[in-house]
Amino acid sequence: MKRRDFLKVAGSSGLVVFFTLDPLRADQEPERLPTRAAAAADFNAYLRIGADGRVTCFVGKVELGQGAMTALPMLLAEELDVAFDTIDMVMGDTDLCPYDMGTFGSLCIWQFGPVLRAAGAEARAVLLEMAGEQLQVPVDQLQVKAGVVTAANNASKRVTYAQLVQGKRIERRLPKVPVKPVKAFTIVGKGVVRKDAREKVTGAAKYAGDITLPGMLHARVLRAPAHDAKLEAIDTSAAEKIEGVRVVRDGDLVAVLHERRDVADKALQLVKAKASRPEPAVDDKTIFDHLLKTAPQPRTVAQGGSLEQGEQQAATVIDRTYLNSYVSHAAIETHSATAQIENGKATLWVGTQAPFSVKPAVAQALGFPQQNVRIITPYVGGGFGGKTGAQQAVEAARLAKVVGRPVQAVWDRAEEFFFDTFRPAAVVAIRSGMTGAGKITFWDFRVVGAGDRNAQSFYEVANHRTTSAGGWQGGNPPGMHPFAVGPWRAPSVNTNTFARESHIDVMAASSGLDPVEFRRRNLTDPRMLRVLAAVEKQFGWKPGKAPSGRGVGVSCGIYSGTYAAMMCALAVDKATGRVQVERVALAQDMGVVVNPDGARQQMEGSITMGLGYALTEEVHFKGGEVLERNFDAYELPWFSWLPKIELVLIDNPDLAAQGCGEPPIINIGAVIANAIHDAVGVRLLQLPMTPARIKEALAKG
Amino acid sequence: MQRTVSFTLNGKPVRVTVDDERMLLWVLRNDLGLTGTKFGCGEALCGACTVLVNNEAMRSCVTAVRDVAGKQVLTIEGLSASGKLHPLQDAFVRHHAFQCGYCTPGMILTAYSLLAKKPKPTRAEIVRHMDDNLCRCGSHVRILDAVEDAARTGKGGAR
Repeated sequence: MKRRDFLKVAGSSGLVVFFTLDPLRADQEPERLPTRAAAAADFNAYLRIGADGRVTCFVGKVELGQGAMTALPMLLAEELDVAFDTIDMVMGDTDLCPYDMGTFGSLCIWQFGPVLRAAGAEARAVLLEMAGEQLQVPVDQLQVKAGVVTAANNASKRVTYAQLVQGKRIERRLPKVPVKPVKAFTIVGKGVVRKDAREKVTGAAKYAGDITLPGMLHARVLRAPAHDAKLEAIDTSAAEKIEGVRVVRDGDLVAVLHERRDVADKALQLVKAKASRPEPAVDDKTIFDHLLKTAPQPRTVAQGGSLEQGEQQAATVIDRTYLNSYVSHAAIETHSATAQIENGKATLWVGTQAPFSVKPAVAQALGFPQQNVRIITPYVGGGFGGKTGAQQAVEAARLAKVVGRPVQAVWDRAEEFFFDTFRPAAVVAIRSGMTGAGKITFWDFRVVGAGDRNAQSFYEVANHRTTSAGGWQGGNPPGMHPFAVGPWRAPSVNTNTFARESHIDVMAASSGLDPVEFRRRNLTDPRMLRVLAAVEKQFGWKPGKAPSGRGVGVSCGIYSGTYAAMMCALAVDKATGRVQVERVALAQDMGVVVNPDGARQQMEGSITMGLGYALTEEVHFKGGEVLERNFDAYELPWFSWLPKIELVLIDNPDLAAQGCGEPPIINIGAVIANAIHDAVGVRLLQLPMTPARIKEALAKG
Repeated sequence: MQRTVSFTLNGKPVRVTVDDERMLLWVLRNDLGLTGTKFGCGEALCGACTVLVNNEAMRSCVTAVRDVAGKQVLTIEGLSASGKLHPLQDAFVRHHAFQCGYCTPGMILTAYSLLAKKPKPTRAEIVRHMDDNLCRCGSHVRILDAVEDAARTGKGGAR
């Protein structure tokens, strides 16, 4: 490569290195996730080195709380050999950052990490070549630390990255620059202070609803009381009498706007409308039969051997059906967007997990070309899979266009529940058999409603079949789920793991074996055996046949490339049906751990959140009407629920970093169900395991 | 009704002329430009909007502005007005006692009201005092650790 090809003087004062995404890497994305927009991603800028030596890192990922703003620059600092503190992050800005499909699926480190590492390694190699030429030293005799390149044998020969790139722009590729081996890491794996810490404890952190623009109006949109309802005879006259209120009717969009949010709230209450809706066809009691009736033809996910032969070999056959309800994401920040339209260009600040999908949706709604829409993602107040849509952004943009002023749209809590893309309700039917020695001879697993992720069993069973019908991904027959469903932290895996690991325990109890021993007899996967042994040791598991009266449970699962084994101890108050989880131990093998404290934090959070779907969280509904409107009806985990959490991070440096924040949640349903059975001898087959359901099960005996 | 309400906000006197039945949350956010106090539920169920009124933790989403007339209001922005983090804020940073950060201002101010009354609470007392504040990310264990740490090192709520 000629030097003049590689150095191009440009007006900007930074170095931009362009990278091509390796097509192989794109192929490794999990199936069924939205694929990368190929054209937009061929070349992308991930980093810029300023004249002051600070590095700006541009990523399409967003900070939802999961710590990507901290873990990603750790990877970049590592590969580039600069100090972590000198990296500034620009995240989720569609004008400045390379395309990204969205922040979900525990992919930040697992899938995007390698891309960013490759970018950093390549930039470092380019910079070393430049330094070699400037210092007249062969590249292999140079060393670099904290952005300063020196000759190994002559410290006076030195140049900084900032000096090298000042006023220049570099566009070239160095093919196949290797990334650092894990053993050479000096930043990854160490503790750092989160980059968002100071802003978040001082109130300086801005979320989409904190953006304040001159002349801005707050919008409240008139909503139908149910998804299957139509509004008629809308009368806004009383609202219009409030000083400063603007009423907008733009096709199906009816909204009241005011410079003060609470005045807009008051105005909305004054809008009168009649709703007509059909008789509700389904509710939270009848939903499971409804799902079975309306589900599409099941798809075979995995199959092997012969179920008939397996059944012939079985000494015991066990049939059970497991259920779970719709669950809400319930982030404390409701869906928020602030929109400004100036000179035919729209700029939106949106609390979203997918700014690059919001952009085309807004462009289409406004009739603008996509290049005239910019989505900026400030801090996002929690996502969990629930902030991938564009509705609030589209509404803010449409209203801003009509009123000719900036508009902020922040949903209230009832809208948040109403428009949530719930974790789907589901039915899992399992039929299985085993020998007298506790060896599983066949396994027939049929999931309806949840989706097929990790539905396939990892237990060693010769004769097996796994089928799936409908799920969170969409494509369900109309009316199967009475409202929108979508990804909820570890989509479909919570449901499938609850069913599988409950059923394994039912089999273990029937066989008279200790549930850990039963699992071990049916496992060959060394990673699973290792995490199981690790959690057993941490927990101090004492073998016994369930129900032992101790209230201990075990559950195993796999998600996002990570293996997780969990044990818990709990107490059941037989009088009230209330469960207090006392201890949770989790061993997780997630490959290389980039940010150990960040990983622990994600694991603690995931466990704590999981207590909710296990014990209380459930959406009640009548047809298209969602009955939960606020947190008094929909109970999230409280401080007083908190168990002692014990974490074991398995050191697995031979494996690249895998998912971290979702795998810990997948076992909670089953580990609690199994421990309840161990405590009081009743088997809960339905999530959540509310006090009412536990009392009912106890009464039945 | 439209009235002028005077109170002390983060150590400085303020006067607002507003409908005095409006909730403090929106007066802080929309009239006074202090967006550190968050909207979460609007019905005093989550704690994201918590501020201190005469050192008591109050849910600003259901506190009418007329009810703080003549009182001392402290929001998250006022806790480190000097530029130096309050021991509770410092402990939240060191323990990474937040993830998305949206509930954090309310958590810190709720904890502040406890330490102001009881500088050395037990863990159980901290749990009881914080129990009505919601955090969806599951930072609970670290929040408790941080409050305990601040109580141990930070001379209660003062400094």
